[in-house]
Amino acid sequence: MKTALKISTVISIIIITAFARVITGLEIAQEAEKSDNGWISSSNILTMTLTNRKGQKTTRHMHGYFMEVEGDGDMSMTIFDTPVDVKGTASMIYTHKIGDDDQWLYLPAIGRVKRISSSNKSGPFMGSEFAFEDLSSQELEKYTYKYISEELMNGEECYKVERYPVSKTSGYKRNIVWYNKSNYRFEKIEFYDRKDDLLKSLMYSNFKLYLSKYWRASTMKMVNHQNGKETLLEFSEIKFGINLTKDDFSQNALKRAK
Amino acid sequence: MCIKIVVWIVFVPILFQINECLAQNKSIQEPKIYSEISGYFRIDYRYFPDSALYPRQHKSYFSMVFQPEVYLEWNKGKQLLQFVGFARIDQYDTERTHADIRELYWQAIFKNWELSVGLRKIFWGVTESNHVVDIINQADALEGFDLEKKLGQPMIHFSWSPSWGTIDLFAMTYHRQLKFPGQQGRLRPPFDLDYNNTSYESELDEYNPDLAIRWSHSFSVFDIGISHFHGTSRSPLFESSDGITFSAFYELINQTGLDIQASTGPMFWKAEIIYRVSKRKNINAFTVGGEYTFSNIFSSGIDIGLIAEYNFDNRGQELITGLDDDFFFGSRLAINDRQSTDLIGGIIIDRNNQTLRYFIEANRRLGDSWKISLEVSGFDNVADTEFLYLIRNDSFAQFSLTKFF
Repeated sequence: MKTALKISTVISIIIITAFARVITGLEIAQEAEKSDNGWISSSNILTMTLTNRKGQKTTRHMHGYFMEVEGDGDMSMTIFDTPVDVKGTASMIYTHKIGDDDQWLYLPAIGRVKRISSSNKSGPFMGSEFAFEDLSSQELEKYTYKYISEELMNGEECYKVERYPVSKTSGYKRNIVWYNKSNYRFEKIEFYDRKDDLLKSLMYSNFKLYLSKYWRASTMKMVNHQNGKETLLEFSEIKFGINLTKDDFSQNALKRAK
Repeated sequence: MCIKIVVWIVFVPILFQINECLAQNKSIQEPKIYSEISGYFRIDYRYFPDSALYPRQHKSYFSMVFQPEVYLEWNKGKQLLQFVGFARIDQYDTERTHADIRELYWQAIFKNWELSVGLRKIFWGVTESNHVVDIINQADALEGFDLEKKLGQPMIHFSWSPSWGTIDLFAMTYHRQLKFPGQQGRLRPPFDLDYNNTSYESELDEYNPDLAIRWSHSFSVFDIGISHFHGTSRSPLFESSDGITFSAFYELINQTGLDIQASTGPMFWKAEIIYRVSKRKNINAFTVGGEYTFSNIFSSGIDIGLIAEYNFDNRGQELITGLDDDFFFGSRLAINDRQSTDLIGGIIIDRNNQTLRYFIEANRRLGDSWKISLEVSGFDNVADTEFLYLIRNDSFAQFSLTKFF
């Protein structure tokens, strides 16, 4: 009897563990997505500081607004404020859960809206260490997932999950993501290039809680381990509930974005 | 001068009236106006290595450009005023020394519609070497024989964006003339143009009401536009009684246009087609081609685009642009560094007479608010039947330094 109980306990533990092991990576990503659902609309101001190997700094400013789309990826509008020669240049992205995103750029000097090739995911954004794919909306369906372990990161208990980009044009073979165990926010991401060498790491810090549900990092620091360059993103005036509609993401809205 | 009068007399009172109407519907609200002033100064140095074809022309030219911009926004961004001025002072050429109001318009935005009144610059099209569909604005030929720069056009513009695209309606008047560099300038025809003697097919001359409509939509991989223009043509025909002094004639036209782009991954397929009817002639023209982008080559961050296009226009040799039966092969290089270094170059070759033109342009930011640019533009093997034959010795190199503010 005792032995039978022991055996059944062992078996059930094995089953539970095995079951948990199989689904956890995706589950964590799903939990992370669920915990970030329903923010509806948001805006922010962004300062981007590029630092080269010699420590020389260059600063860029931009602002943007974002909207959740039911059943699909987010819509975003980013307007460049400095450097002054690109002031008024605006980028509009329709993120899709499946397939390539749609992206347009408005160039005020020629008054022309141009489509941006969706296959350029790995290219640098504004000469920074962030690739386009690092800054685009992190939709669940863009990766497959594998649970690795639990680990302490930034003094927080985290799930360490490996994810693999679905898109063949991604610049990465894999990423390692540290999800905070209590609220599923990103604490850190490591990016491995196509040769599986460590390329970059991204640290999230200065978190603030909005609408008592949504954690947003005010600081994101990307370090490129291969070229020694760094890019710091500092977000300010993060706002929610700013009342956006699809009309704020039309071609006309892109042309008049300021 | 004349253009200013039109603006102030016709549009400004309308602006204030509509503004009042909108204001009356609202309760008392704080006058919150957001404003931005920006623009640039530029110095250009142009050098023409070949000897001048016509007397009084020079080898090299300094010129200065000033483009101020003012943007005002109020009523929570539901109303705005945009101004873009332009002025060039040329060392020798009194015609190329010119000023223009590129944009000066008031706009009201309500949900998915926009109403604009004033001078605007509207671009239609997708191709790179030619813009046959683009017709709203007259070209500023003083800025370049490629007709890429445009003059401000007075208009009332209504735009509506339902879920199935965008409908644009334009009511325009005050036709702007195409002007060429003056006697001391390069890149000009040998004859004198008498701008006071310009004639129009319309009885109302330059005040003919021009109308245009366009539907455009972006869906799946497509960006598409279908447009129709009814009014005075932007392309002049030149007439002369003595063969020395010419004057321009502008006919009334109906032009239907289609522009379409399919963006399939790194490959963009592009086409623009027009059909234009006038009393004199029926015109058909098109540009077709594509652009392939190799992005982030060997993880260097560098993008290289390759462009190939073919241009056809049944106006043949009477075209100022000369793009009647011409191939264009070009390349775009973007380093994507912190100075946004880029380079674009290409050749245009006539399929029949092998007239060749080439250009290369490079830009690089210096610090945070300066930019240097180098441009080389030239001709080779120009057939004497081409309009370009008149400027065949005007290949040039230009260095520019721009300060943005």
